[in-house]
Amino acid sequence: MFTTRKQYMPYVSPFDPCPPIHVKTYVTAPNLYAGFQPPNLPQFSLHEALKKGTLWKIFYDPYYGPYEVNNKGDGL
Amino acid sequence: MWIYEKKLQYPVRVSTCNPKLAKYLIEQYGGADGELAAALRYLNQRYSIPDKVIGLLTDIGTEELAHLEMIATMVYKLTKDATPEQLKEAGIAPHYVDHDRALFYHNAAGVPFTATYIQAKGDPIADLYEDIAAEEKARATYQWIINMSDDPDLNDGLRFLREREIIHSQRFREAVEILKEERDRKKFF
Repeated sequence: MFTTRKQYMPYVSPFDPCPPIHVKTYVTAPNLYAGFQPPNLPQFSLHEALKKGTLWKIFYDPYYGPYEVNNKGDGL
Repeated sequence: MWIYEKKLQYPVRVSTCNPKLAKYLIEQYGGADGELAAALRYLNQRYSIPDKVIGLLTDIGTEELAHLEMIATMVYKLTKDATPEQLKEAGIAPHYVDHDRALFYHNAAGVPFTATYIQAKGDPIADLYEDIAAEEKARATYQWIINMSDDPDLNDGLRFLREREIIHSQRFREAVEILKEERDRKKFF
């Protein structure tokens, strides 16, 4: 399934000083995939759009930190 | 010319007195990829870019000033009632001895803002590509600050600002497409 959160597994050496983080993540925000915005895309209601920071549903991609309740785990 | 609306673009709420977060947030105030650098970069590039995209630079440059104001409010709220002892614990004693609780344009490491953070190459594609990179770097910076922050109210505002970076990047990418003048043409190179 498509996600804007990508993962990779860096090399872990037996001599690394810190406990290894086996999976590293990065973000590929939706704007990378859109190209020139086509007409008539689905919109949020105006009130919702003001809160979310965008009118356009395809561009809404919120980011949560590790200390937040609605975080779905390590920024994913 | 500008018309000023005496309100923030998005409400800024801060739930805990945590001057350490102010130390991180100041990166978006006077840092290389911060809102001040963004506003100055875009508003300055407007003069030497094709007419079709001047309006975009004006709009986004203006919005960056609104973001700057939000960051300033966050930093102010996080520090205004902090004691010198708390500021010392947060690692911003050096800022306090120079500025008291005044805001100053420097980055999270205390390096003062410099015009070398922004470029104006005069080449429309080079300048727009710099703008796209700046938006993605600002988006990443917001992610790293959100990762460091345990204040849900503050994060709500930061999430809004991060979303705006995504939209700005999208619009700059579209500006490049406009300048390429090959939109909607079924042609393959």
